[in-house]
Amino acid sequence: MSTVAETAHKPEHDCLLRPGSTNCAGCGMSLGLQWLDEALGENRPVMVIPACCGIVTAGKFPTTAYGVPTVAATFAAAAAVGTGVSVVQELNGDDHPVVCWAGDGGTYDIGLATISAAAERNENIIFFCYDNEIYGNTGGQRSSATPAGVRTTTTPFGKVETKKDIMSIMAAHRVPYAATLSLAHRDDFMRKLATARRTRGFRFLLMLSPCPTGWKSEPTQSVELVDYAVRSGLFPVYEVFGGTHYRINVRRDGTPVEEFTQRQRRYRGVDVDLDIVRAQIEQRWQFLETMERAFPVAEDRR
Amino acid sequence: MARALVTGNYAAGYTLSLAGESNREAMGCAVGAYPITPQTEIIETVAAYKFSKGRMVAVESEHSAMAVCIGASLAGARAFTASSSNGLAYMVENVYMAGFYRLPIVMIAVNRTLGPPWNIWTDQSDSLMLRDTGWIQLYAAAHQDLVDAILLAFRIAEDHRVLLPVLVSMDGFLVSHTSGVVELPELEQVERYLPNLDLPHRLRHEHPVTVGGMTFPHETEHHRKGMIDAMDRVPEVLREAIEEFEPVFGRRPRGAMAADFTEDAETVLIACNTMSRTLKNVIRERRKRGEKIGMIETRMFRPLIEDELRAAIGPAKRVGILDRNISPGSGGVFWREITSALQGHSDVLVQDYLVGLGGGDVTPAIINEIIDDLVTRKRAVAPIWKEVAA
Repeated sequence: MSTVAETAHKPEHDCLLRPGSTNCAGCGMSLGLQWLDEALGENRPVMVIPACCGIVTAGKFPTTAYGVPTVAATFAAAAAVGTGVSVVQELNGDDHPVVCWAGDGGTYDIGLATISAAAERNENIIFFCYDNEIYGNTGGQRSSATPAGVRTTTTPFGKVETKKDIMSIMAAHRVPYAATLSLAHRDDFMRKLATARRTRGFRFLLMLSPCPTGWKSEPTQSVELVDYAVRSGLFPVYEVFGGTHYRINVRRDGTPVEEFTQRQRRYRGVDVDLDIVRAQIEQRWQFLETMERAFPVAEDRR
Repeated sequence: MARALVTGNYAAGYTLSLAGESNREAMGCAVGAYPITPQTEIIETVAAYKFSKGRMVAVESEHSAMAVCIGASLAGARAFTASSSNGLAYMVENVYMAGFYRLPIVMIAVNRTLGPPWNIWTDQSDSLMLRDTGWIQLYAAAHQDLVDAILLAFRIAEDHRVLLPVLVSMDGFLVSHTSGVVELPELEQVERYLPNLDLPHRLRHEHPVTVGGMTFPHETEHHRKGMIDAMDRVPEVLREAIEEFEPVFGRRPRGAMAADFTEDAETVLIACNTMSRTLKNVIRERRKRGEKIGMIETRMFRPLIEDELRAAIGPAKRVGILDRNISPGSGGVFWREITSALQGHSDVLVQDYLVGLGGGDVTPAIINEIIDDLVTRKRAVAPIWKEVAA
């Protein structure tokens, strides 16, 4: 007869995201952190997290939901604090990955100069942006990642400007690897994290991260929403090697964009002209498909 | 030990580099650096040093320069940088973070007037802006003082009884860009003087913690109290650092303040940085004429060692403070702080003189005018503005 001790699952290490985080139900970050943990396996990361929901996730001192060494950075400074950690690790032959984990505010907006500089220096860090298209931690204000037409607390009549194309900005830095991640496409997600882990230098990962609190959506529908965003073409899933070579990983399938927008109350009460959104999707895909044709990634490159 | 004629900036860059190199058998060193006049030559000197285990990261802003130091220090390395003026202002958020994370980072502040309007000359509006950040503040009036202060800075910062960052300031141009004869240390001496850095709270996979997570008011109170306690231990650690300095380097560095001719002085002047050197010459002359006059050079502003200051002022009837800085709506920062230190201990007359703001030359003639005013003064008035620049 086996004992409890023999049969109980005993992980080799503490998990990255322990039970008891303060994340809201349906937060994309919760799943993203668990998949990151799984993908890194024995390569335990150091997490560098700027001011954002991601550091609140830890909960209140002296407890923490993070089971790996974690540093809270100032809002703009994750990529620079991460640089400092990475530099010292390299000097000491320590190859634990340094993961900067930031929201869209800390990536697209206040952190952009710092990220740009770290990317230009090709620092050996993984910069992971969980993009919920909003300043979620402060209650849902617009960021430059907020799509046009969305109602936020600082755009009560709907945002006019288009979402910033951060992937093209990072690609323009010629970083070794940049990829978008879908929580509805686990195999693709895990493969890309494996690629990121194997690659040296600056790696940029962008995950569309549902925020039921800010998106006014059902927590149980978070993964479904990402799936609609991908299938409608609103959130293209692709990767860029060396800033020049493109590969689209998931094709759009004609799913109407309404499937995504109608399930979120942030799109209600404003006149979102979906024709404009559809035109933007077309333009985006034309660009990506042109790049993919002109600068394809070698088929065996994983 | 090499005797050399070097600029203040070179002396600082050289000494910082040796401090970094001397940690090569531990976790090495790292520097986040960004140029700004008049400190740029410091980071250029560091950039030219070939570290066995160290790297300078040329970042895109002062904010990131300090952020790199923070990450490197948390990872266990010796970290240092330099800046001035608006660069320090841009860096402030991370200067606080370094202090609140109790990281033994050393930074050189080459004092320069804050803009606008744009002015590259010296005053202390920049380093004094960092007064409440939890950093120890040392001020060096001359080249040798600067080298010694940097060595003391690492020693104090990394002591486990302290674990606070240290800012070492000097006057822009008056020290940074002038040359002075200095005893430059050898690497072997620095290695003997500075033990390998062992940061007790460095990042460790075997004991993962979240540095800087959320605390409620109660924990925050305890965190701040820990910083106050650490500041309170600085005088003791500084004394030991001075005692152990001499056998290694063959000279005695100066401490938190330097008092001259104060034993019998009825009038005491207090000044910082290069103004104190001009002041000393003036006071020597006036003592020759029989005037009972003395001076104190303030070399450590944080912590301000109040009992030592009171003892140094002694039985003087009048104290004059030369402030090369201003807090609009209040007055000179040193004046306010020193007045508070004397409160309840002494009814000595304390008069503030705002002088040399924006880098105007504080000449012996100006200082004589100030002393002439002070020695006949019956009561203190609001800070007296001495316009020195023509």
